[in-house]
Amino acid sequence: MEISITVNGAAHQVDVPANTLLVEVLRERLGLTGTHVGCDTSQCGACVVHMDGDAVKSCTVLAGQAAGAEVTTIEGIGTPDDLHPMQAAFRQNHALQCGFCTPGMIMSAIDLVQKNDGDLDEAAVRDGLEGNLCRCTGYHNIVKAVLDAQQSMAAG
Amino acid sequence: MASETGIGASVLRKEDARFITGAGRYTDDLGQHGQTYAVFARSPHARAKIGSLDTAAAAATDGVVAVFTGADLQADGIGDLPCGWTVHSKDGEPMVVPPHPPIAVDRVNYVGEPYAVVIGETLEAAKNGAEALVADFEELPAVVDLASAASADQIHENVPNNQTYDWELGDKAATDEAFAKAAHVTSIDIVNNRLIPNAIEPRAALGEYDAAAGTYTLHTTSQNPHLERLVLAAFVNVAPEARLRVISPDVGGGFGSKIFVYAEETAVIWVAGKLRRPVKWRAERSESFLSDAHGRDHVTHAELALDGDGTFLGLRVKTIANMGAYLSTFASSVPTYLYGTLMAGQYKTPAIYVEVQSLFTNTAPVDAYRGAGRPEATYVVERIVETAARELGMDPAELRRRNFIEPGDFPYETPVALTYDTGDYEASLAKALDHADYAGFAARKAASEAAGMKRGIGFSCYIEACGLAPSQVAISLGAGVGLFEVGEVRVDVTGSVTVVTGSHSHGQSHETTFAQIISDKLGVPFENVTVLHGDTGRSDYALGTYGSRSLAVGGSAIIKATDKIIAKGCKIAAHMLEADAEQVSFEDGSFTVADSNQSLTFGEVAFSAYVPNNYPLEELEPGLSEKAFYDPPNFTYPAGAHICEVEVDPDTGVVRIDRFVAVDDFGHVVNPMIVEGQVHGGLAQGIGQALLEHGVYDDTGQLLSGSYMDYTMPRADDLPSFTVDTTVTPCTHNPLGVKGCGEAGAIGSTAAVMNAVTDALGVASVPMPATPETVWRAAQGGE
Repeated sequence: MEISITVNGAAHQVDVPANTLLVEVLRERLGLTGTHVGCDTSQCGACVVHMDGDAVKSCTVLAGQAAGAEVTTIEGIGTPDDLHPMQAAFRQNHALQCGFCTPGMIMSAIDLVQKNDGDLDEAAVRDGLEGNLCRCTGYHNIVKAVLDAQQSMAAG
Repeated sequence: MASETGIGASVLRKEDARFITGAGRYTDDLGQHGQTYAVFARSPHARAKIGSLDTAAAAATDGVVAVFTGADLQADGIGDLPCGWTVHSKDGEPMVVPPHPPIAVDRVNYVGEPYAVVIGETLEAAKNGAEALVADFEELPAVVDLASAASADQIHENVPNNQTYDWELGDKAATDEAFAKAAHVTSIDIVNNRLIPNAIEPRAALGEYDAAAGTYTLHTTSQNPHLERLVLAAFVNVAPEARLRVISPDVGGGFGSKIFVYAEETAVIWVAGKLRRPVKWRAERSESFLSDAHGRDHVTHAELALDGDGTFLGLRVKTIANMGAYLSTFASSVPTYLYGTLMAGQYKTPAIYVEVQSLFTNTAPVDAYRGAGRPEATYVVERIVETAARELGMDPAELRRRNFIEPGDFPYETPVALTYDTGDYEASLAKALDHADYAGFAARKAASEAAGMKRGIGFSCYIEACGLAPSQVAISLGAGVGLFEVGEVRVDVTGSVTVVTGSHSHGQSHETTFAQIISDKLGVPFENVTVLHGDTGRSDYALGTYGSRSLAVGGSAIIKATDKIIAKGCKIAAHMLEADAEQVSFEDGSFTVADSNQSLTFGEVAFSAYVPNNYPLEELEPGLSEKAFYDPPNFTYPAGAHICEVEVDPDTGVVRIDRFVAVDDFGHVVNPMIVEGQVHGGLAQGIGQALLEHGVYDDTGQLLSGSYMDYTMPRADDLPSFTVDTTVTPCTHNPLGVKGCGEAGAIGSTAAVMNAVTDALGVASVPMPATPETVWRAAQGGE
């Protein structure tokens, strides 16, 4: 099937089998390998991207469902010289080690902060990130980073 | 400059720029034109004979390129996957090793064992082909229960009683004597639950063969690419070592599970050579659960003999360790030399005797997982010490203090083959008690009780042997390889520095830590130091990353190479300044002649080495690049005190961790931010073992906990924030005085949690993981 999809502001046309997943389009057709696959049961959250303003697990979205949508991936939110406040907070707080869960974690965290209007405390951040697995950090510094980014996103 | 980015500074990580922008390059992010895809057909049975295997329909499936069976690999001379450490039994006989073909030939011995590999033009084609394989399995009864495995059906023809070895350590007679004169004996029976490592990046491999050159390149998710290359060349016979390059690019966590040489990458690189096309494989998570080497899985009876004052007289430990169906790469060493040797803990127990029987079962192979043997040892020692304190009515902190090896006792030779170089166990405990507000515990417990809740506190004063390992010691105990490390410091023409390390970073932050060391030692700006790793084409033979060894061993090699750079630089500077080399010293990035104002910058000397005009070519080679191999003279001994306080709801069995304090002695710390992060991650895994995680097989050998919906990974809302601090007694035998921090969190924390849970409930024991159901049953007084 032929699909039109806008990813990180760029319009794409892809022709894929109907059972193709959004994550496969991103990784294999568009070369956006920052979005990762860590499981096969929609549990780990390494594949989280934003679709029309919502965080979604791109391993559980069919490419066809994303037709016409605006998708933002980790590659689309900032650059090394102009980081998104969440990216900057992850770096500043050492909220990543191996980096594999990081793109999904950052995309989930941005969505969490944006939808909570500055009201997040530690418990709410922990609750809000329970769909993203990290095996390296014990979440301690991720929680700190998200709370920090909540401040900087409000200010910025 | 150096003070902000040198040793001791919490420098932000170089690695982060690519990881936070999605620019990391993991194995599955790589691809080659014309690549094919591998799918492994895996046994649905825990134990079966393969009666026949019809590959015709699979081979005829649309898009299938080829199908290979174990017999195909065997016919091509592909060897077994070896175990690299030979343990000897009590009777002096070497362990019994069953055959371990990468792809099963006529029998399968665990669910998930590969019995064929299907190669497709697309992943879907390969999957369809695998579905079309017709295997006629003759099912046999599975051996699953560890405690009874020795008397169950024999799994391997050459392994009677399913026993690979029956090992002992320590003085049995002296220990029996200690028990004979004991005023009190404490006994425990414990199970160390099976864990499944679950690095979030699944294992993956991309194999390529260059037909013109006859060379193989394997990109794979390995913690030690050189070991992978050595095994594939020398044992598996894929290719001569010189024609095989193994590259571990960015690797998404390992925790031990990516040390080992597995069937899948072995098959991938072999098939790439057969087909002369690139072959790609990535595990689906279900495959990871079934086929990554699992961890822990012990059944143990232990006894502690004490005198009337609570002084430890002797410790007896008898453990059955599960090897799974085959001996994985380092499996044999984990419940022996990484376990029995740690039974002295932080204590002056004068007599210790440990017996370990390692058995095969029809389950996934078990090997090193974060801590590897040392968490299991700590769990035995710290559970029995806590239990003894309760039986004697003593404060558990006080009982520990009474038996601590004291600062004046070092170097301290234990009865179980190790010599601790340094430590101050009281200092860590005192700091931890302070952070945990131990003095306020009674009041908090009373407040909880008033609210219908149960509160408990638990301690764990652990020790670990890290910095693996002194080669001659390890080889004398059965290791098949040396355990040194290599480091290379290449000064560039313009004075920037490229470091090549044999250690591999898959989250540990080597690119930052090692750059700090160079910046500190050579005065080169931190941003001008680049650290390379993970490529057999770039570094000399090396041993990789495990056992908290990267800084203590790999970092020491870099320091040695740096010392050579400085020594040569002094000679070059002496020539340029017309002084004697002995008069030249190097400090703060400058070579200076004693008692003069003559000096040269590091950059000036480096330039001269590569543009050797004013240069003593008759005495010195041009260039400024040095390499060093470092073999540690001893293990390092990180140690610390972990305290966990929990509140348990007796009506629901839910355990809430109220506070967790970890005070660790890692010797000198290069980057405190990174060290704290390592501790946090280890704590999460140790707490996960205590409260959440469990690899469960049913009695037919089916893995019940085979997905993230069945195996409880610690999530953000399962854990508290941690209080982490350090004390410092520098390691006495390496140049940086460092001990290693990667495993401590996982080693110390599990016992602290379980001591807290049992304290809260007022019961002798609760099995791990202490899930709400388990805890609720214990709270009701039942099992």
